[in-house]
Amino acid sequence: MLKDMFSRPENAKMYWKEFMHQCSEIGIGSLGIVIIISIFMGAVSTLQTAYQLVSPFIPISTIAQIVRDTVILEFAPTLVCIVLAGVVGSKIASELGNMRVSEQIDALEIMGINTKTYLVLPKIVAALVVIPMLVVISAVLGCLGGRFAGTMSGIISGSTFDKGLLQYFQPFNVFFAIIKAYTFAFIISSIPAYYGYYVKGGALEIGRASTKSVVVSCVMILFADYVLAALLL
Amino acid sequence: MKFLAKVLSRYVAARSSKYFFSLRLCGVARNQIRSKSWSMIEIKNIRKSFGDNVIINDVSAVMQSGKCNLIIGTSGSGKTVLMKCMVGLFEPDSGEILYGGKSFTDMDKEDRKMLRQQIGMLFQGSALFDSMSVEQNIMFPLDMFTTKTYGEKLKRVDEVLDRVNLNDVNKKHPAELSGGMKKRVGIARAIVLNPKYLFCDEPNSGLDPQTSLLIDKLIKEITEEYSITTIVNTHDMNSVMETGDHIIYMYQGIKEWEGNNKEIIFSKNEKLNKFIFASEFLQDAKDMRMLEAKGKIDNNRNMDELLK
Repeated sequence: MLKDMFSRPENAKMYWKEFMHQCSEIGIGSLGIVIIISIFMGAVSTLQTAYQLVSPFIPISTIAQIVRDTVILEFAPTLVCIVLAGVVGSKIASELGNMRVSEQIDALEIMGINTKTYLVLPKIVAALVVIPMLVVISAVLGCLGGRFAGTMSGIISGSTFDKGLLQYFQPFNVFFAIIKAYTFAFIISSIPAYYGYYVKGGALEIGRASTKSVVVSCVMILFADYVLAALLL
Repeated sequence: MKFLAKVLSRYVAARSSKYFFSLRLCGVARNQIRSKSWSMIEIKNIRKSFGDNVIINDVSAVMQSGKCNLIIGTSGSGKTVLMKCMVGLFEPDSGEILYGGKSFTDMDKEDRKMLRQQIGMLFQGSALFDSMSVEQNIMFPLDMFTTKTYGEKLKRVDEVLDRVNLNDVNKKHPAELSGGMKKRVGIARAIVLNPKYLFCDEPNSGLDPQTSLLIDKLIKEITEEYSITTIVNTHDMNSVMETGDHIIYMYQGIKEWEGNNKEIIFSKNEKLNKFIFASEFLQDAKDMRMLEAKGKIDNNRNMDELLK
């Protein structure tokens, strides 16, 4: 499927329009859930880290460091992408599945359009563009959520948290998170596209394909997460 | 010198392909290209199976240009599979589909694309794009394959909608339309690029007899008006009698009979007769027609009297 995706577009303007539409669907469509998850993720991390740091010899700003690194290294890319696999993945699979079952893909083929290029490629490219952005937003919001929870509960002051955020900061961690985001974005978009595009049957099969694509995407994300951590860290 | 000649030939080839590509995008030029290329559809010894299940077995036929060609048969007789083989949605196991003598299976990607732009197809379930309005659905092929301005495209959309007798539905979505309206929008989308071939897969399925008749008439009129070669899959006898310039009867994947709507009633083929005269009413009607032909029925007599 991936090989067949690369062909000369019939009308570049239409492909661009479809790409922008997918960017909006994947990016703007998932922004709400990403914001909510990220803020709570950061907040809970702060509270739980503070709960575990009982030793008086560890400075309180360490909480911010731990929250920052956990959010950047794991929570923002992995957790958010697992959620996105559910949100975006099921949408892609069911959309393509419905198009296949209702012969809309056949209708496009008859018109002389390469459906893999027109329907699948913009989704994958849009995911590759938008999901890393969402991961960056998530990381920032995670840290802000942690700061907010820390100050609200009186565990750590805002200035101490900010100081902790800047201590021992390794830019490579951000680079690692972005690499993860690109890898997961490809998984999130290509696996559901495959399951949706090749669905056979009716409504029941669309549901099955959607569920299966989410499960496979999640497993692949976790597997890729381990491989990337083992290779790059 | 050789190098210069090579560079020059490449330049000329690039320019001509560029010119050809620009022609492709131009609606008027498309017709010029079209007139030079494919015209008649011929299917030769087509065989298609799914696993061990042979759906089409050695079917050959020639579709008449500019006419309404009907493929009829009971459900599961292989009509849809044959049609999908003809348009390239299924690859036949063996045999050939020839468009103007050129094998469809042997065509390269570009030729196939070009050919497909000359094919309009009405699907069983209409296959309209759910997320688009009627106007956007019909405008889609124009957006994709022409360089017309928005105004020109809108004009063309209105023209084809008017042709299929639909008004004030431009902004509606497919979910807001009735079955008959969806079919008409499907036809409008299929003819918007002035195709050379129109394929209709069971255009009357799920429609009431009156709307079915309307769709049949529309297909027939469009075929004659635009000189399109139309291929219709159907098991509706009204359609057969209304539009069947050329009829192919399929039975369990085999071509059982070929003829037209005038011959079909008097066919001696037992399987075909079973299919056509499935109801007692039609059988009675046939008997009456036979008697009438033999001069045993006086047409001036009262119908009630005849039925007695």
